[in-house]
Amino acid sequence: MSDTATQAAGDSVTPAVAGWFTTGPAPALIGTSCQSCGTISFPRETTFCKNPACSGEEFEDVELSRHGKVWSYTDAQYQPPAPYIPTTDPYVPFALAAVELPEGLVVLGQVADGFGVDDLKVGDDVELVVEPLYTDETGVRTIWRWKPTTTDTNANGAQA
Amino acid sequence: MSGAGSNNDVAILGVGMHPWGKWGQSFVKYGVAAARAALADSGVNWQDVDFIVGGETVRNGYGGYVAGATFAQALGWNGARVATSYAACATGAQALDTARARILAGLSEVALVVGADTTPKGFLAPVAGERWDDPDWLRFRLMGMTNPAYFALNARRRIDLYGATAEDFAAVKVKNAKHGLNNPNARYRKEVTAADVLASPVVSNPLHLLDICATSDGGAAIILTSMEYARKMGIAEPVRIKAISTVTPTFPQTIMDMPNFSTDSASAVPAPERTFKESIGYAAYEEAGISPEDVDVAEVYDLATSVELDWIEDLALCKRGEAEHLLRAGETTIGGRIPVNPSGGLACFGEAVPAQALAQVCELTWQLRGQAEGRQVEGARIGITANQGLFGHGSSVIVSA
Repeated sequence: MSDTATQAAGDSVTPAVAGWFTTGPAPALIGTSCQSCGTISFPRETTFCKNPACSGEEFEDVELSRHGKVWSYTDAQYQPPAPYIPTTDPYVPFALAAVELPEGLVVLGQVADGFGVDDLKVGDDVELVVEPLYTDETGVRTIWRWKPTTTDTNANGAQA
Repeated sequence: MSGAGSNNDVAILGVGMHPWGKWGQSFVKYGVAAARAALADSGVNWQDVDFIVGGETVRNGYGGYVAGATFAQALGWNGARVATSYAACATGAQALDTARARILAGLSEVALVVGADTTPKGFLAPVAGERWDDPDWLRFRLMGMTNPAYFALNARRRIDLYGATAEDFAAVKVKNAKHGLNNPNARYRKEVTAADVLASPVVSNPLHLLDICATSDGGAAIILTSMEYARKMGIAEPVRIKAISTVTPTFPQTIMDMPNFSTDSASAVPAPERTFKESIGYAAYEEAGISPEDVDVAEVYDLATSVELDWIEDLALCKRGEAEHLLRAGETTIGGRIPVNPSGGLACFGEAVPAQALAQVCELTWQLRGQAEGRQVEGARIGITANQGLFGHGSSVIVSA
């Protein structure tokens, strides 16, 4: 009876977490700017400004820069424990990067599919992409990831 | 030594530990064993203890984990005042600071500080259930970001920025394994070669399995008293606490830190002069009225081998990016200029969260008394510990002979 509806829901593609990033051709992380002192926060600040000199409680959503520089990187060679949701059996390792944005903060994320630690160096340029993270009963759930944009030079470096 | 902080000294009259391991018993048993060892070491009767502070853990499934009272009841109710601390890995330092504050205020004379833990196997993972407002849960769901992955980020920076190598990280393990060989409280007492470390599987690049510390069962306890009480007990020159730094970070904290998704932003307020970990040691030195050059021995939190190198720099025992040079020159080995983790560190113990910061102080006490058999740093007069608890808990203790 509800097969069609389930099928339709199963085809949907939605962020794994609501309100953390935009989707579309030029996706971006959604942060906030404190209306009193201008401090940028990610994930979105909704309660109290973290600046000890500021008592701001009002925040405006801002899209963070889609491009940043690698602060550091690593990978997960062992399958992380729940609530991580594995998508393949056997498990396939993935890389992680901490990326410095022009807004003066560092944001973690997985590295885009097809790239590993050998494709990265501290200081490299990366851009934000949105890719599938896992599939649940509502369909494909997506997440932000960091994609190397200077892989040519690194490919050479990795061989050295 | 005397100095600006000499009026704020408290005496370490006794220390005791239950050996680290995977014993599969109640944390209460380890805590009581450590407490009885510390009491025996101090010569103080349990009935004379007027303040007990328990270091607890909040990990799920621990029945009755109101630690201070749990230990007090196990030792037999004696009417002492009671307090309980939780500050993640910094729990022991916070518990110690709580005891010290009451002693320095003149409200207590003799305190027992106890921490003990029984740990699960494998990665420390969040408890079951969906908690979309909990960053410690979300980091696993949205990124698969484990604790070793956070350690690995800093390890990788050491490689890319300072020229560290996987062999350097392995050398930390080799050194600490050697240090801990004769430590009766250590869980792992076996030599490890660099080849062993490098042949162990990579967990989070560049860290191998043997670079990363295990979780352990264990218990540690300290009898802390006023200097006057120590004299009354006939101990004129006890090892004493000169400083306990339990600072929080200063905004904006711009270093990536467990379990966060991001750092604070320096967009509106510039980054502070010192990183959080640098500020932990700085506050301790300032309180003790000493400089990093005065330190003879350090016990730092080597959750991973690379983290020991980070701490050596964070404590200003050398300049940023130079810890590997110290290591390669043998300066951090017993017999070197500034031996680090003579106990064997977490590499030989594994972490027993609420006991570990206390265990660091137990080790320094033995070192400063000249009782660290088989691992003695000759002539050590001043020691420092360092550790950082999840969610912004600093932990550094300076002790002097």
